Amino acid sequence: MTKKHTIAVLVNDQPGVLQRVSGLFGRRGFNIESITVGTSEEPGLSRMIIVTTGDDGTLEQIQKQLYKLIDVIKVIDLSANPMISRELALIKVGAEPSARPELFAVVDTFRASVVDISPSTVIVQVVGDTEKIDAMVELMKPYGILQLTRTGVTAMTRGA
Amino acid sequence: MDSEELRTRLLKPDVISGSEILLRSLLLEGVECVFGYPGGAVLYIYDAMHGNPDFKHLLTRHEQGAIHAADGYARSTGKVGVCIATSGPGATNLVTGIATAYMDSVPLVVITGNVATTFIGTDAFQEADITGITMPITKHSYLVRDVKDLSKTIREAFHIANTGRKGPVLIDIPKDVSSHLTEFQYPEEVNIRGYNPTVMPNKGQVNKLLQAIEEAERPVILAGGGVVYAGAHEELLEFAQKTRIPVTTTLLGLGGFPSGNELWMGMPGMHGTWTANTALQNCDLLIGIGARFDDRVTMKVSAFAPKAKIAHIDVDPAEIGKTVPTAIPCVGDVKMVLELANQKAKPAKSEAWIQQVNEWKAEHPLSYKDSEEELKPQWVVEMIHRQTNGDAFVTTDVGQHQMWAAQYYRFNHPRRWISSGGLGTMGFGFPSAIGVQVANPDATVVSINGDGGMQMCSQELAICAIHNIPVKIAVLNNQVLGMVRQWQEIIHGQRFSHIDLAGSPDFVKLAEAYGVKGLRASNKEEADAAWQEAMNTPGPVLVEFVVRRDENVYPMVQAGTSISEMIMGDAE
Repeated sequence: MTKKHTIAVLVNDQPGVLQRVSGLFGRRGFNIESITVGTSEEPGLSRMIIVTTGDDGTLEQIQKQLYKLIDVIKVIDLSANPMISRELALIKVGAEPSARPELFAVVDTFRASVVDISPSTVIVQVVGDTEKIDAMVELMKPYGILQLTRTGVTAMTRGA
Repeated sequence: MDSEELRTRLLKPDVISGSEILLRSLLLEGVECVFGYPGGAVLYIYDAMHGNPDFKHLLTRHEQGAIHAADGYARSTGKVGVCIATSGPGATNLVTGIATAYMDSVPLVVITGNVATTFIGTDAFQEADITGITMPITKHSYLVRDVKDLSKTIREAFHIANTGRKGPVLIDIPKDVSSHLTEFQYPEEVNIRGYNPTVMPNKGQVNKLLQAIEEAERPVILAGGGVVYAGAHEELLEFAQKTRIPVTTTLLGLGGFPSGNELWMGMPGMHGTWTANTALQNCDLLIGIGARFDDRVTMKVSAFAPKAKIAHIDVDPAEIGKTVPTAIPCVGDVKMVLELANQKAKPAKSEAWIQQVNEWKAEHPLSYKDSEEELKPQWVVEMIHRQTNGDAFVTTDVGQHQMWAAQYYRFNHPRRWISSGGLGTMGFGFPSAIGVQVANPDATVVSINGDGGMQMCSQELAICAIHNIPVKIAVLNNQVLGMVRQWQEIIHGQRFSHIDLAGSPDFVKLAEAYGVKGLRASNKEEADAAWQEAMNTPGPVLVEFVVRRDENVYPMVQAGTSISEMIMGDAE
């Protein structure tokens, strides 16, 4: 059964590592829905969070193929356990002063925040799981979305 | 010079250039001969070779020749093959050879020069991002940015290339790195955090395998190149005999199990034997050993070994379950897994099955319609087998001649069969034979080629002539791209499209032009005599066999169909 998987890949912080990982996905026909990279708790190592879709067999192949890369230290299927996943979006909407009270109310309800205001625009920042961001984007559409940028998912398993 | 003395001298912590570090490191890794081609970005490296009595380098006529020679050297010895090319076009000319080695898990260290670090990324003259280009076809790659990292990088590259599932490793060395000086230190230990191949198998899994064998009535072993690379041929023989399981060896597994053994069924798959394919389709337990279930073996995967529980022994965990669903996975070095299994192996309930297999072998042996008028390529391979006592190293390109060599040259020893299986590289056969002969100077090395593939690297005839490398080259000349012709005949309704090799050189004259003896044979008598003369001539000889144009390789399974649907053609 095809479903969404979130995997964490601990890699050497080397030039070209992202190319090796993304190249592997491309070459073997695996899907990348989102990929984020940043430093990890250990100097010299980065952590990639990759969201992919496929059946369990595909996930197993992805993990095994990733382990074949010399720069890959560890691969964990985060979605196998309860996890926290977060994405950040910045949404710039057209908002004349008259429209703002209503807009701010929506932002408050979603526990998002307004991070910039210009005479005719507002930038809204929203953090949450993918569904929450999708919902916020839908709600912002009526105001006229001028620009939208999303980070992709970062994630961690709950507990120790 | 005494090797210990040489080692001590090499290990001296002198302040030397990156180029000298490279040469010393290669010598410390036990490299006997490097194949290469100089150019602007490797000038310092070639300068360091000048007058160096310890370092052996063979100049080929094309970078492709160099890497295929290094490949042949590696396949025939189990040591790491090394080649050197310059940046840009030199490096990109290696791509086919790197992919060839990658697909067949051959340990190579590929050294390329690059423009100076300050020029990298500027589209400088002869610059190519060769690490980027080759990422999907190398086991690992390095771009060395600092001369201080060079010796450690080389040490790691050799370790990675020749452990676990073997493969090519590329080291890209910018020109300034090869000229800069630093104190030479060669690391004794290699410790790479992200690289720990599983060598020792899980005992529980081996026990599960042994249990399944004891219960099996119709078991089959499918042995691949991994058996040869792991040096596990003796363990495989013991395993098959103890468990009483018939064996089929894949194209790359040929020689991993003696062809004369009663348990051997021949090769499986597209041009496999009737017995091997029928046994695969009827077996109740299939044990894949160091084999990757290539589509040329399985053909239509959903119809492959439909009645079998599948066990798979492989050093690469990613191979298990990649193509076929696997009930019993055994990750580990094939030799170690088999050693462990052999300690407790008991026979399967397979005596009736073995009898059945032997009946099939008798009823459907590999065969062809011989001719007294025309020279048949299968007959030529059998004749070469006879005259070399079945004991030569045989290299091939890809295509009909490759399949006939695989079918009719019976291999009884590992590492004697050198052929591009995974990538199917035309132009591989002849230069790889040069590498085999360099590694095995006293052995009989035969390169069996088609007239198409021979023209892809024929310039390396010069190397054979200059260095008196006594490769015996057979060209099975049918004046056509044979395997393409066969597919167009059978699959495309005889619509023959662009397969005629008219305009090929006179191969005898071509050989002679390079200073290599050339002979031609058009019938059995001439063929016998020509090959005898070739064998009795010291040095390289090319023999052109003018063979029947329309001969097909049988049995054949069409792509997209099941291996049970064999076209027997002339074979029956």
